[in-house]
Amino acid sequence: MKKSRRFLLLVLLGISILVLTSCGKEERIVLNVYNWGDYIDESVIKTFEKQFKIKVNYDTFSTNEDMYVKIKSGGGNYDVLFPSDYAVKRMINEGMLHKLDFDNIPNYQYIEDRFKNLDYDPENEYSIPYMWGTVGILYNQTMVSKPVTSWRILWDEEYKKQILMLDSQRDSIGITLKMLGYSMNTKNYDQLEAAKQALIKQKPLVLAYVGDDVKDKMISGEAALAVVWSGDAVFMMRENSDLRFALPEEGTNLWFDAMVIPSTSKHKAEAEKFINFLCEPEIAFKNTDYIGYSTPHSEAKKRLDPELLNDKAAYPSDEELANSEIFKDLSSFMKDYDRIWTEVKAD
Amino acid sequence: MKKNWMSYPYIVWMLIFIFIPLLLVLFYSVTMRTDQGLIFTLDHYQRFLEPIYLKVLFRSIYLAFICTVLCLVLGYPMAMILAGNDFKRKNIMVFLFVIPMWMNFLLRTYAWMTLLERRGLINTFLSWLRLAPLNLLYTQEAVVLGMVYNFLPFMVLPIYSVLSKIDQQLIEAAEDLGADSVTVFRKIIFPLSLPGVISGITMVFMPAVTTFVISRLLGGGQFTLIGNLIEQQFLYVGDWNFGSAISMVMMLVILLSMGVMSRYDKEHEGGGLW
Repeated sequence: MKKSRRFLLLVLLGISILVLTSCGKEERIVLNVYNWGDYIDESVIKTFEKQFKIKVNYDTFSTNEDMYVKIKSGGGNYDVLFPSDYAVKRMINEGMLHKLDFDNIPNYQYIEDRFKNLDYDPENEYSIPYMWGTVGILYNQTMVSKPVTSWRILWDEEYKKQILMLDSQRDSIGITLKMLGYSMNTKNYDQLEAAKQALIKQKPLVLAYVGDDVKDKMISGEAALAVVWSGDAVFMMRENSDLRFALPEEGTNLWFDAMVIPSTSKHKAEAEKFINFLCEPEIAFKNTDYIGYSTPHSEAKKRLDPELLNDKAAYPSDEELANSEIFKDLSSFMKDYDRIWTEVKAD
Repeated sequence: MKKNWMSYPYIVWMLIFIFIPLLLVLFYSVTMRTDQGLIFTLDHYQRFLEPIYLKVLFRSIYLAFICTVLCLVLGYPMAMILAGNDFKRKNIMVFLFVIPMWMNFLLRTYAWMTLLERRGLINTFLSWLRLAPLNLLYTQEAVVLGMVYNFLPFMVLPIYSVLSKIDQQLIEAAEDLGADSVTVFRKIIFPLSLPGVISGITMVFMPAVTTFVISRLLGGGQFTLIGNLIEQQFLYVGDWNFGSAISMVMMLVILLSMGVMSRYDKEHEGGGLW
């Protein structure tokens, strides 16, 4: 009898704590932000919290697909997301995003015009670009004597077992399509079949299909060539001075990560405040400087170290990007890319 | 044991976290979302029967089998040493054996990466001996090594617990009756330790056949296992239906292998898991 009374007391105590704390939370709005891993200067978040008296709950993902699947299945309850171009497009098509109220985001004026009204959001109603970049070949100049100008070098027998490929379906199939002279967004089965055969032929030369561990491997000189994202390349070249970055002549993938508000968000006004805050010149500069990717923000760019601005990896010229493409949303055709990638990797 | 109110929390727990999720997986695996709404279909299972996916399944089973055999070969003598009579040493040995398990499984696997790398510890040592460096990381052997390393304790501990419970008098009696040590092992020790061996085999085979981290880290993504396939469907493609169908097939494989194993464990003499 005594025991059960104590138990009851405990339960009551537990309930009252829950009720009291949840009351406390009501006073302060909590903004749930979902971004790529290591993709913001964390001090920026603290500044925002202080300035606007809004608490930020910061969470990270590692691929667009990861993020998309989570939002789609109703998880998370996020207010601000940072998807890439084709994921933005897909979410717009599926009605998953709020239209932004640009009166609340005056700092949009700082975004360079060439980053506005892009294919994935032609009227620029839903998204504001955050960072952009490319995919290229990072190579160790002490190990690679041939000039790196084409994706074909990743098929060169001389570098057998010294090549690291990205373990990412769209990127790896995409660059193969580019090498063969096709579009990265193709839905043509013959072209995809050709890409598959090329990738299977390449497999014996590949040391591994990697994700983020490419950084460790290239910095320590484990491999000679790797397919990497431009911002990661900037980081790795800082760590190992033997590394060089090249954008192949066949063209590559030009990508943009943008800030959007999912339609499930209950704090749209606050989310817009947050986006506007990230577009403030000083804040945008801080983030760009920390992350190492390329910024679409004119004021932030002006404040960057001129050395970085001249770095072809971070800020390639228009000619170098001439043949490049932006990923389009493949929606259900993605399954066919997945099948090809499975066949390559499982072969 | 008579059921009482104490067991209800567990039943509720199992309902919410085991039974309902399993039903959901089953549901996803036999349905498809179309323009007309959800329809029943076996397409996902049929898709799994394509050669490429079967190849992945067989590779998973093959590698898990090799891993289990190696664990048994390495683990049985280890368990015998642990269960031996030298008590002072025994506790230290068991302790040393369990310590690595306190560390996170991922960390231990990453540690193998730095050992096996081309510029890793082993190859540095080889070049110091003026031997040619070896390609160790990102091979099938590295995957098996990672599996054996990580799952060996699951083989040793159940065998050890059964062996240490064996009545010493039985062994002494056998010796008194003239059996040599080989006969004692063959006729007394091994048969008595069988329940431990069987639960060891199941406990190693199950995680080995479903692993996806080891094959990705040590295999460099070149050796797609069934676990990788499932992960890919859920996280990257978002094809929950196909992913669920593969999961169901996987469960079937495990159930079958457990069924086969339990036929050899009719007596249920302790040490066994099921």
